[in-house]
Amino acid sequence: MIQGVQIDMLSSDRLSRMTSMEKIRLILDDVRQGYIVVLEKGLTPEEQGKLLETTMMEISPGGFSGIEIETYPSSGGSEGGLFSKLFGGGKTPAGRLMVIGPVDQLKMLTREKDRLIAWASAAQ
Amino acid sequence: MAVMTRIRGFFSKLFGKKRSRVGIYGPPNAGKTTLANRIVRDVTGEAIGPVSEVPHETRRARRKEGVEINSGGSKLLIDIVDTPGVTTKIDYHEFLEYGMDQDEAVARAREATEGVAEAMHWLREDIDGVIYVLDSTQDPFMHVNIMMVGIIESRKLPVIIVANKIDLPDAAPQRIKSAFPQHPVVMVSGLEGNNMDDLYAKISEVFR
Ligand SMILES: Nc1nc2c(ncn2[C@@H]2O[C@H](COP(=O)(O)OP(=O)(O)OP(=O)(O)O)[C@@H](O)[C@H]2O)c(=O)[nH]1
Ligand SMILES: [Mg+2]
Repeated sequence: MIQGVQIDMLSSDRLSRMTSMEKIRLILDDVRQGYIVVLEKGLTPEEQGKLLETTMMEISPGGFSGIEIETYPSSGGSEGGLFSKLFGGGKTPAGRLMVIGPVDQLKMLTREKDRLIAWASAAQ
Repeated sequence: MAVMTRIRGFFSKLFGKKRSRVGIYGPPNAGKTTLANRIVRDVTGEAIGPVSEVPHETRRARRKEGVEINSGGSKLLIDIVDTPGVTTKIDYHEFLEYGMDQDEAVARAREATEGVAEAMHWLREDIDGVIYVLDSTQDPFMHVNIMMVGIIESRKLPVIIVANKIDLPDAAPQRIKSAFPQHPVVMVSGLEGNNMDDLYAKISEVFR
């Protein structure tokens, strides 16, 4: 068995068939097993809030210590403001790729508006 | 129902609009409580809560009612709610580095997770506007900031972004300005009290 880390990549088709709570449960179950989860289409702000609250309930000192979550920070969604809302030009951050992993295994090295560099390690 | 609405309408006309509840949000250690204390102390002479270099000092939301904000001859009464720092991760080992013993650190971590959840509850139900505080020496693009501002926007709450700690030599408040071009950004030092008048002017304008 090679040493490594499992990456679970979920298509936007699959995500669009799931309820918010199903997505959150799937993400946290994966992350707690030491997997990295990549969402083709990220969570809405509302869902991210729920994910955060559920994460807080499951953190236990000495055990699970939380998640690292990242998406392209500057999507042009909110920046575009009214213009992008009217003409549908900009995507909201929720529409973009999102990567989530266990905080002790996933580290973000670089965060640029159109490029993320992450470093992942296998579970200890 | 109709009667109730009419009565409420009557009272709100009599006593003016309901006071806005302004939540002070941001990541741990950004200087939220220091800033809240300064605003409240400028007005009432009292503090809202304790401050510490150890993250997650605030683990329960605290409200101060009827804080009067004066700017350019106008007055605005608001409630200030100082909230626990929001993050996606809490590891008790971090607190050991500040000289706490194991039990203390574990207890602080537990309370901190509850604090984050509590901050999110307030935001969902009981907050009318947000002052989002960022440490100007840190990366504003940290996901938690993008997420929180996204949530605040999706709830259509008025928001002021505060670029705090501008007294520090490696502060880069301009980075915060370019990270959130869609919102007003005020650069202050909550500790030294620099530029507080700019903040009061923005509060009067945005939360009216
Ligand atoms: N140099 C400088 N330090 C500041 C400033 N504001 C706060 N600090 C320091 O930053 C640390 C954290 O301040 P707090 O006010 O406790 O931060 P907080 O955001 O309430 O933190 P939590 O409640 O733990 O989330 C303390 O050591 C403060 O003295 C500032 O404007 N300049
Ligand atoms: Mg505090």
